[in-house]
Amino acid sequence: MGEILLQINNISVVYSDVIQVLKGVSLSVEKGHIVSLLGSNGAGKTTTLKAVSGLLKPENGEVTDGEIIFQGKNIQNQAPEHITRQGIIQVLEGRQPFKYLTIEENLRVGTATRAGKPYKQDLEMVYNYFPALVQRRKSLAGYCSGGELQMLVIGRALMAHPKLLMLDEPSLGLAPLVVKEIFQIIKKINEDQGATIILVEQNANMALQVAHYGYVMENGKIMMEGTAKELSENPDVKEFYLGMAASGIAKSYKDVKSYKRRKRWL
Amino acid sequence: MDFFLQLLVNGVCVGLLYGISAMGFVMIFKSSSVLNFAHGELLALGAFFFLALITWAGLPVLIAFILTLVGCFILGFLIEKFFLRPLIGEKLIFVIMLTVGLAAMFKGLILLIWGGNLHTYPDFLPESLALKLGAIYIAPVYSATLVISVLFLVLFGLFFKKSAQGIYMRSVADNQKAALSLGVHVRRVFALSWAIAALVASMSGIVLGIINGVNVHDLSSIGLKVFPVVILGGLDSIGGAIIGGIIIGLLETFTGGYLSPSLRDVVPYIVLVFILLVKPYGLFGLVEIERV
Repeated sequence: MGEILLQINNISVVYSDVIQVLKGVSLSVEKGHIVSLLGSNGAGKTTTLKAVSGLLKPENGEVTDGEIIFQGKNIQNQAPEHITRQGIIQVLEGRQPFKYLTIEENLRVGTATRAGKPYKQDLEMVYNYFPALVQRRKSLAGYCSGGELQMLVIGRALMAHPKLLMLDEPSLGLAPLVVKEIFQIIKKINEDQGATIILVEQNANMALQVAHYGYVMENGKIMMEGTAKELSENPDVKEFYLGMAASGIAKSYKDVKSYKRRKRWL
Repeated sequence: MDFFLQLLVNGVCVGLLYGISAMGFVMIFKSSSVLNFAHGELLALGAFFFLALITWAGLPVLIAFILTLVGCFILGFLIEKFFLRPLIGEKLIFVIMLTVGLAAMFKGLILLIWGGNLHTYPDFLPESLALKLGAIYIAPVYSATLVISVLFLVLFGLFFKKSAQGIYMRSVADNQKAALSLGVHVRRVFALSWAIAALVASMSGIVLGIINGVNVHDLSSIGLKVFPVVILGGLDSIGGAIIGGIIIGLLETFTGGYLSPSLRDVVPYIVLVFILLVKPYGLFGLVEIERV
């Protein structure tokens, strides 16, 4: 086991003082690894990321229990300005570009955590990873395609030199080929820069191909964990997330007893 | 014809001032969606600070001018820190009502210290600033206004386009959540937009004070003129604020010159109504980029 960069110990998250979303989530992320967080809608994946990045606060959410340790320091419930300055950058779900800023200006906002430092070299680096952005650098982000925007927001996060990069559904709404391209780049970023990455995905197949380790979430709890290989061979993951029948043959609805299998997890 | 050109030049100068002061208003609105009803009072405060510095303290004009701008910049910061920050997360209407309260407070303070009479600055602009183009005579105040306004416009243009802090400010106005996720210090951006708004308001306050004399009621009602200006230009467009300002300035001087001075405050609003009938988002209101 290598050095642990992020350790989440048994955290609970409550929104508006009443709605409990996470019920004791624990996970640990090893330095230099890609860790993927899988699960269906509403499982609490995004909330877990927001608890780490401090973005719960503006949404009236709070970590009520447990602790989040990044590089040996407690960071739960800190303001996002402080957390981002320690090197944790979250790429939000659904892309969220600055629509009325040009591509290059968007990338420059990524330097907010280290304002005043030179950034030209980082721009070059981002354009190297995402050559598609170069010719669009002067155009407004609002007029770019979904694939370009996804590259933009990942590039924007890279401008901050993150130690821990958290990607929330980078494949959302993109064509399969673009998804493939983006995942290759994610892998490349991880290999070149040694950046640790947490990857939240619905596309479990792609995510497990690039990840080293994975967690499966359900109803605000971690249900299963293992190396990417173990998970992709697990019959439950295969059936519920990879869309393959356990036996490999086409299933009829008659045979689906998924509720029984799920019961075991709940 | 000469009369027309004369009015045109005066109108553009006054309009630029309105535009710049409206720019401060738009900045606060863009970054934090707060309508600042105390804008006119900020304008008046600037004018009175300047008055105090040159008449009571007897400072040279340039130093007094710079001190006023710096003082108002700091005042803007403090207003944000002590009055607005505690209300972050509360309903917007509370924040807007707070600015109404601030307006009353500042107006009361000025009345308490300086009273409601008309004050004037000593005549300090040298006659050499006046421009004579044929029969048109541009008074020193107006040429100074022109120079200062254009200078401010260029400075702010560069600030928002090129400087990192300017780009961060625009990013907060654009998508606050994404700005937070990248570590932009959003509260600092709010504070900075108040500071800049107070600074430009005080600048316009001083110049309007030179033109019309310094009186609380006049100056704060001029502050209300930012409403037709920004509504005309589009509430969220800084460029629109400038153009809206020029249009309102021109309308005012032309009505004052050709129709009747007593109509000058009314006609801009009438025209405003007609423009809004045709372009309800204002001339330059943001056309939402919507990806479907």
